[in-house]
Amino acid sequence: MELVERLLKGDKRAAARLITMVENNDPAVIAMLSEIYKYTGKAEVIGITGPPGSGKSTLTDKLTKLLRKQNKKVGIIAVDPTSPFTGGSILGDRIRMSDLNTDPGVFIRSMGTRGHLGGLALATLGAVKILDAYGLDYIFIETVGVGQSEVDIVKAADTVLMVMVPGLGDDIQAIKAGIMEIGDVFAINKADREGADRTKTEIEMMLDFNEGDWRPPVKKVVAIHNEGVETLLESIQRHRTYLEDTGELIERRSKNSEREILDLAQHSLMKKMVGTEEDKYEIKVFAEKVAKRKMDPYTISNEIVEKITNKKD
Amino acid sequence: MNRPIRVLVGKPGLDGHDRGAKVIARALRDAGMEVIYTGLRLTPEQIVQAAIQEDVDVVALSILSGAHNHLLPKVVDLLKSEEVYDEVLVICGGVIPEEDIPVLKEKGIAGVFTPGTPTQVTIDFIKENLKR
Repeated sequence: MELVERLLKGDKRAAARLITMVENNDPAVIAMLSEIYKYTGKAEVIGITGPPGSGKSTLTDKLTKLLRKQNKKVGIIAVDPTSPFTGGSILGDRIRMSDLNTDPGVFIRSMGTRGHLGGLALATLGAVKILDAYGLDYIFIETVGVGQSEVDIVKAADTVLMVMVPGLGDDIQAIKAGIMEIGDVFAINKADREGADRTKTEIEMMLDFNEGDWRPPVKKVVAIHNEGVETLLESIQRHRTYLEDTGELIERRSKNSEREILDLAQHSLMKKMVGTEEDKYEIKVFAEKVAKRKMDPYTISNEIVEKITNKKD
Repeated sequence: MNRPIRVLVGKPGLDGHDRGAKVIARALRDAGMEVIYTGLRLTPEQIVQAAIQEDVDVVALSILSGAHNHLLPKVVDLLKSEEVYDEVLVICGGVIPEEDIPVLKEKGIAGVFTPGTPTQVTIDFIKENLKR
């Protein structure tokens, strides 16, 4: 538990090492996470998503600099895809944030999606808690808005910022991706390009169909020139005030916790089921018999579930 | 080891050419490593702080400007004063004159890879010399 103590004292290296352990599914980390859980919940968690190249990292960089002027400490978790073929990845979000490297009030961590069984969300949420306990005021989770687990991650935030750019296609794209439902604040980045107003109108029109008391603001920004970023941050902070005033914050966090509990339980069940090479081999043997019609998959899966629910750690 | 090796690839100093760094980043990725690419024109301080936050196993620096004798030992010194040098392998690539290589190694740069080195050589070197 030495690492936990160091983390709570604000030791950067302890925070970094704990995140590594979470990412690697280190068995020792679960106890540490439950130890720090009571110190978390203070940070405001903001999910940032949008298409590749929409400027999420640049915008995160600018928002962070503004927050630093307000004397807030900021964490950034930047998720980039892992190659399913080699397991390798190039995590390049830091390129846009070089000046933040040496700011002691900022902690940036890049994460690959890796291949783990639905574990991405768990690793990211673990990292959020570590940075929260480390003492940061704001935590950004930045990820490309593709794939269910990436969307799940941003949904776990208190506020979701959706970054759009002009000229990505017709408004059907927006409905298709289902992104209208998860954005709390919309930024149209690169708004100095042609079509920004049209994109704004289209998004506003789609939002007209949304129900609920919070009407997501749609803000035009040019992140690279730092234009409109201040107004955008105001909108983000206004959403936070709204959540607190209406009691929706705790409602939202309960929903997220519900999903997290189920995910964690599912994850440990999967580990019991296929955690060892032996287990995996056993399933393969069953699978062959099922394929040859010597057994049926229904009976087998029932038996496996019964077996693991009786299995002690 | 059942976790991916994490490598920070960065360019200290002022040269504005990162083709070599990108080639090596890609080769390391294809070898299954997680490469944190930090881009051009970084100070040794920026590189070291990024390496700490990312908890990397390797810091791989590319330098073409001729300032290697000044900048690279500085990265090593900062890693030492932050007490992480014992866990981080530091290597470099780029235009480094033959006579400077022993000096750099003396100062804690474990491997120096000059133009024309097959990427596999670098990959093997990393795998064989990891500190943790």
